[in-house]
Amino acid sequence: MAERGQVDSTAADERELARGLRDGDPEAFEGIVRMFGGRLLAVTRRILHDEEDARDAVQEAFISAFKARKQFNAESRVSTWLHRIAVNAALMKLRSLRRKTEVSIDNLMPNFRDDGQHYVEPLVSWEEPADVAVGRRETADFVREQISKLPDSYRLVLLMRDIEGRDTEDTARELGITPNAVKIRLHRARMALRQLIAPQMEKRAS
Amino acid sequence: MICREVTEFLMDFQDGSLAPAVHKEFQLHLERCADCRIFIVQYQETVKAGRQACAEHSADAATEIPEELLRAIMVAIRVQE
Repeated sequence: MAERGQVDSTAADERELARGLRDGDPEAFEGIVRMFGGRLLAVTRRILHDEEDARDAVQEAFISAFKARKQFNAESRVSTWLHRIAVNAALMKLRSLRRKTEVSIDNLMPNFRDDGQHYVEPLVSWEEPADVAVGRRETADFVREQISKLPDSYRLVLLMRDIEGRDTEDTARELGITPNAVKIRLHRARMALRQLIAPQMEKRAS
Repeated sequence: MICREVTEFLMDFQDGSLAPAVHKEFQLHLERCADCRIFIVQYQETVKAGRQACAEHSADAATEIPEELLRAIMVAIRVQE
């Protein structure tokens, strides 16, 4: 099954791409950059807020891929391989940037009465299933905008686990934190995102 | 079990890693608490919404790489040869 976020390509396309990659022919490689560059840029933009940084990460990713082309396993898909390299390049870039003090997300956690027995305000059911709501462009844009508002330490865990589909151990390794920290941050990130998208999701489609 | 604990145990509940006695208490609470049922549905829908919003965006972005970025990459690649 295709991994999330990867480009669909046929087996014949993949064989051709793999051959071009292994041969190290710049013209064939240019075809690969043209084919996957746009999507990889979308991936690095999600991780890095700055357009220039996102482009740098894509460039780094393709240079890394070119250097490592002989290690490419013919059993793999070029698209999946490049996607992974691009995520790693973006994470490396993020680590190299100066860390800012993060804002707290405590105000986005569920709000209970003092005894923890009940919510301060009753919850309102959302009008539509997520797939219907996000099928509308403005809602999809709104959801992505809210993800980008999460502080880095939460946003990255959410992106790696829920969007990239990486497992807890892999995410922990990439981010240099413990698997338990991944679980805690993911849970808090999801609860914060729920709170952020609620106003839009409670609206009925007009 | 109280509502706050439902949010604390939610991931373990979904993973199936709650101790049987706690799992039972969790389910009993859900049976009688509409807010917590709504919360869990919204939590799951949030995960789907994020995933789908980003997947659709990647598909949209399948357009083209900016030409100047492509040129910069190819200059760097030729240096590597």
